[in-house]
Amino acid sequence: MQDKLSIARRWFMKDCGVGLGALAMRGLAQGATTLPNANPLSPKQPHFKAKAKKVIYLFMAGAPSHLEMFDNKPQLAKFDGTLPPPELLKGYRAAFINPNSKLLGPKFKFAKYGQNGAELSELLPHLAKVVDDIAIVKSMSTDAFNHAPGQLLMNTGSMIFGRPSFGAWTTYGLGSEAEDLPAFVVFSTGKKGPSGGNSCWGSGFLPTVHQGVQFRASGDPVLYLSNPEGIDAQLQRESLDSIRRLNQMKLDDVGDPEIATRINSYEMAFKMQTSAPDLMDISKEPKHILDMYGAEPGKPSFANCLLLARRMAERGVRFTQIYHEAWDQHGSLVKDITQNCKDTDQACAALVTDLKQRGMLDDTLVVWGGEFGRTPMTQGGTDGRDHHPNAFTMWMAGGGIKPGLVMGQTDELGFNVVEDKVHVHDLHATLMHLLGFDHTKLTYRSQGRNFRLTDVHGHVVEKLLA
Amino acid sequence: MLPVKSVIFISILFPLVLFPQEVDFVRDVQPILKKSCVGCHGAAQQLGGLRLDAKTTTFTGGVSGPSVKPNHAIDSPLYIRVAGMGDQARMPMGGKPLPAEQMSVLKRWIDEGAKWPDEVGAKVVEVKKHWAFVAPVRPALPVVSTPLWAKNPIDAFVLAKLDQEKLKPSAETDRTTLLRRLSLDLVGLPPTVQEVDAFLKDKSKTAYEKQVDRLLASPHYGERWGRHWLDAARYADSDGYEKDKMRQVWFYRDYVINALNKDLPYDRFIQEQLAGDLMPHATQDQRVATGFLRNSMINEEGGVDPEQFRMEAMFDRIDAVGKSMLGLTIACAQCHNHKFDPLRQDEYYKIFAFLNNTHESNVAVFSPQEQMKRAGIFEKIKMMEADLQHRNPAWAQQMAQWESTMQTKTQWEAVKPEVDDISTGGQKYLLQSDASMIGAGYAPTKHRAKLTIKPQAKSIASFRLELLNDPNLPLGGPGRSVYGTGALTEFEVEVERPGQAKPEKIKVSRASADLNLPERELDKIYYDKTDKRRVTGPIDFAIDGKEETAWGHDAGPTLRNLPRKAVFNLETPIDNSDSKTVINVYLSQKHGGWNSDDNQNQNLGRVRLSVSDDPKAEADPVPMRVREILATPAAQRSAQQIQAIFGYWRSTVPAWREANAQMDDLMKSLPEGSSQLVLTARNEMRNTNLLERGDFLKPKNVVAPGVPAFLNPLPAGAGDTRLDFAQWMTSRNAPTTARAFVNRVWQAYFSTGIVETSEDLGKQSTAPSHPELLDWLAVEFMESGWSMKKLHRQILTSNTYRQSSKVSADLLAKDPDNRLMARGPRFRVEGEIVRDITLAASGLLNEKVGGPSVYPPAPSFLFVAPSSYGPKNWAEEKGPERYRRALYTFRYRSVPYPVLMNFDTPNGDVSCVRRARSNTPLQALTALNEPLFLEAAKALAVKTINEGGKTDADKVRYAFRRTLSRPPLAAEAAELQAFLEKQRARSFTPEQAWTSLARIILNLDETITKE
Repeated sequence: MQDKLSIARRWFMKDCGVGLGALAMRGLAQGATTLPNANPLSPKQPHFKAKAKKVIYLFMAGAPSHLEMFDNKPQLAKFDGTLPPPELLKGYRAAFINPNSKLLGPKFKFAKYGQNGAELSELLPHLAKVVDDIAIVKSMSTDAFNHAPGQLLMNTGSMIFGRPSFGAWTTYGLGSEAEDLPAFVVFSTGKKGPSGGNSCWGSGFLPTVHQGVQFRASGDPVLYLSNPEGIDAQLQRESLDSIRRLNQMKLDDVGDPEIATRINSYEMAFKMQTSAPDLMDISKEPKHILDMYGAEPGKPSFANCLLLARRMAERGVRFTQIYHEAWDQHGSLVKDITQNCKDTDQACAALVTDLKQRGMLDDTLVVWGGEFGRTPMTQGGTDGRDHHPNAFTMWMAGGGIKPGLVMGQTDELGFNVVEDKVHVHDLHATLMHLLGFDHTKLTYRSQGRNFRLTDVHGHVVEKLLA
Repeated sequence: MLPVKSVIFISILFPLVLFPQEVDFVRDVQPILKKSCVGCHGAAQQLGGLRLDAKTTTFTGGVSGPSVKPNHAIDSPLYIRVAGMGDQARMPMGGKPLPAEQMSVLKRWIDEGAKWPDEVGAKVVEVKKHWAFVAPVRPALPVVSTPLWAKNPIDAFVLAKLDQEKLKPSAETDRTTLLRRLSLDLVGLPPTVQEVDAFLKDKSKTAYEKQVDRLLASPHYGERWGRHWLDAARYADSDGYEKDKMRQVWFYRDYVINALNKDLPYDRFIQEQLAGDLMPHATQDQRVATGFLRNSMINEEGGVDPEQFRMEAMFDRIDAVGKSMLGLTIACAQCHNHKFDPLRQDEYYKIFAFLNNTHESNVAVFSPQEQMKRAGIFEKIKMMEADLQHRNPAWAQQMAQWESTMQTKTQWEAVKPEVDDISTGGQKYLLQSDASMIGAGYAPTKHRAKLTIKPQAKSIASFRLELLNDPNLPLGGPGRSVYGTGALTEFEVEVERPGQAKPEKIKVSRASADLNLPERELDKIYYDKTDKRRVTGPIDFAIDGKEETAWGHDAGPTLRNLPRKAVFNLETPIDNSDSKTVINVYLSQKHGGWNSDDNQNQNLGRVRLSVSDDPKAEADPVPMRVREILATPAAQRSAQQIQAIFGYWRSTVPAWREANAQMDDLMKSLPEGSSQLVLTARNEMRNTNLLERGDFLKPKNVVAPGVPAFLNPLPAGAGDTRLDFAQWMTSRNAPTTARAFVNRVWQAYFSTGIVETSEDLGKQSTAPSHPELLDWLAVEFMESGWSMKKLHRQILTSNTYRQSSKVSADLLAKDPDNRLMARGPRFRVEGEIVRDITLAASGLLNEKVGGPSVYPPAPSFLFVAPSSYGPKNWAEEKGPERYRRALYTFRYRSVPYPVLMNFDTPNGDVSCVRRARSNTPLQALTALNEPLFLEAAKALAVKTINEGGKTDADKVRYAFRRTLSRPPLAAEAAELQAFLEKQRARSFTPEQAWTSLARIILNLDETITKE
């Protein structure tokens, strides 16, 4: 008996080097998929040296109108109230409207900003101030024109459920640098949750540790983080000590390395109980920072979450995604989009400024965008637009993105892309590239074949690279 | 077909004169093939089944047929693909196109006759068919080193391999561990202390086998193994997309549990799930079984094209059939020929065609008690009607007399309206060939549909609106509410006349209907936040100009799902003598809930509009079904038909008022039942087209039902129904069906299947660790009548299964994943079982089997925005249902139950036959802090204080054994007692101290591990 015990212990010590903490390193040496007990979240090197190490993805769910915010179309104003040219509508499928609906002129004024004279509407006064730090892509295009499939495509590269999200691919490729926080954190701040549900940040067929962990801006940030009533800190610590000792006895007896991983998981959980509330406490941020974002401690908001995203990035969280589902303006376009921009514009600009002033923008990639655009045609009255997959706008910053770039052109009505079309798959290929991956080579074997985020598509958009 | 343009283009680019000399295969062609093709199409791999390094295989070709047609380069796939002609991806795949000269060489070589000297190139011996595509044959038992250890054939195969590897099996594990392992495996619950004691006391030779049989007979066996199947069947209680509407499908879940408990043979189990509705005299269970195919998601978000998502559901079905039944990943062939397995794209659509001829139905289902009650009611009515007939011998003449007065005089012209897209709020009105329209896709809770018609009739004095059934509506309709009901808020008419700027409103002066229910306030599920008193009632409510009132047809269970009709008379008929009048009819449907996120509409599901010049037309009171019978000449009517007429007629006879009232009351007492998504066969065959790149907007040639050539052929005389497909799949010579299943059972016991990639036994699968064992198990399984319980017994009574799971460092290094099985299995149980163990140990567990899904505690913010897309029902259980087994937890696809999600339970998005098994800090937080886990710790503490014995040592032992089955070792007991002392010293109450101790025990690795 004694003999067996010591063999098991010796094995454990030998293989784990300096003890439990090093367990996390096993994945590196052994390859995550072959060894059942390797930690799939240990940090990994990408295919090539890259600038972006972290991602903050601002997902504007519901699909913001490019025509009210980024894509200035004087001709659309001119043809307001007339029918679109029939050749434009050939083969076009709309969600709600009869495609042959009247054109609707842009609702807001545009002006030029920054060194490149990037055009932005009056809805985005704050973004206008950082326009030289971001790259605007006016030539996005997608395949989906319904929300759930559109959001899934934008997040997973596929319109159907079951594929890993971009965030999951990122942590699969790069692992985590946050010891005591999840690698992939998700917030939801809009009027609703995203149409694609949890699958927007799901792990698909990747190991489940890669799925995004939902955080809340108020209350327990992570589910079940707080000790339940009646369990104080001392009791929690003593309980964990006892659990560890009992698990260790079992490990010594049966030699299953999974027990060592379990011991490690409990220790990490305990650490997270301190680190997560600390992370979430923005009250200690200086006033000028709070003011810059428009964040107020204790009042959950989009602004708070963006400030939290910066704090996440500081602590090594690989991927933070904030869903703001509020942009589906079939009607009440003017009022609602004005409110949405009030809720988000300042914080978005602040995030870019804040990351930059801390020197974090170099290795933090910020992405802003929805799942598709809005029709140049009206829906119903004169104050709404339907879903439009052919053309929409996104912007990115940091992490190797070319600052100050304005890329792509749509036609005079903002209907089709006419220059530098960037399909969702191309966007994914480019973001992957910025993270140091050849998107055709970051694959996972499932169901008898290798899968990747871009499936069989996607080209890196060289123009976007700094 | 090749585009003509590109052919011309190529011949201009590469004029033959550039190459005066004849192409020589060895000098000119072979180097090109070697350099650019044989990497993927050579000895090492044959993508698309094609091999271009040998003459014979080049000419026979791969899955797309011969690659070279001598003298016809432009008809030869080899050339077509490298030239990038046609619509398939250009070769070399993923590489740069061949230089123009090389392409030209290939073209000329083929056009000159494709001469390939016999002695040149690789010699291909008959390529052996992939093992999994050949039906299994029972292998001979191997000779082993220790025949005594080989208790049954399984052991012989395992031992033979261990002999090869020079390893010895482990000793049998101790009895307590064995019983805990067996219980967790068979019923997913730890054994009770009494069960352990009984087993320890049983000194008979068959003590263990008795336990196997006891547990196989437990109703919890079906729950435990049913859950595995439900993963494969992607079972969930909601639609998935966006609003993620609740659905009732738990009858299917219970069908699976019951089928396993009664050991329904696996072949039958599969056949019922694919085609139960087509079986002779199909039972309710058999129809419910087709719910397997309906577990696909449904997208009813705003603006969807319903056909697009029906297609997505079809693809999902085929994927699920492939993974769960065939053990093959066939989804790739949706867009193109399978790259690795010899499955062609057209063969994929042949399978598709078998499943395509279906309605997406939602039918009423009843529990056994409810079924008895229904049968009783119908029997009673039958007897009462017989009694009426008996006591009134002249009934037949009287009924004939009545019939003669019931001739319809009004002529109706059914019109096919154009529907204004904006007015429908996103709902699609799908026009049918009978001029009816079916509401599909998004269901707004309030809308006013504008229907524009241009009738033929010279004068339009009346409108008839029929509410019709359709298999695709909830409970068959005729409405779209969850009960299959609808409500007509208002029926309005206007006329557009040339020269008039505004359409003219036409007053409806009178309305009649075949059903006029008394005024009734709306159910609270339709609450629209206006706090107005909204009601349904008689047909007058549809012409009273009031938004709050509507014509309703909810006459109670079963009766609410009958077709209905209403007729509207205009105050002044519309003159249409020039046949050019444009009439707008508005169907206002505003009796749904507050917003579509609550998924509570009362839209009309299938309607047909007709016009008549009869200003006094009235709604025919005779039900549609009876009216159809009346159209048959009296002499030709069956007894049943006559009875059906009688059933209506007697309700109109004043003298029988009392009997009628009694029968009405009986009908009103019909049980509510539940609903279930099923497939039903269409009468009219639906064409299946091959879809270019899987795009439903690009249908190509029509494909007939059929099966892939590389699998067993359809038996002679097989038809083209789902039942034929199901029988084909479960025939003795189906090569993968039995193997896929026994492999997954093995996986459940040993953590890894004999083939690791249990979802795919095709060419890309990992090699089986014990190929003969797999085949032996598959053959044995089929030959013992596909009995799942026999298969379990076979495995469980082997020595292989009974080994100790302790592992030495050497063995761990040699075989970390235990593929050789020189030791017993040891791994964490599934998420559901984690919870069940905790509930069982604490004594809280409610062992009830089956029934509607339940709502254990969950953070409420998950079910409202912005966490959830819209508000979701999660009425936390306060009674015993709170402690049901985790398998009964309500499963929203978009908001998975967090405890289960944290322990890797799949959410039913897609078919899953192999779960992940992670070990994370979030799991630790869940088990430590989640409310129900803590409730369990408290309950275990109270039980321990009350029943655990006198001393602390007794009590610690009691709590420990309830959880882990074994008593604590001395060191463990010491640790726990020391912990207890420490907590007591902190002036905790005994209950607090014991709760914290119970919490420790419930959080041990061993607690949630099968070992």
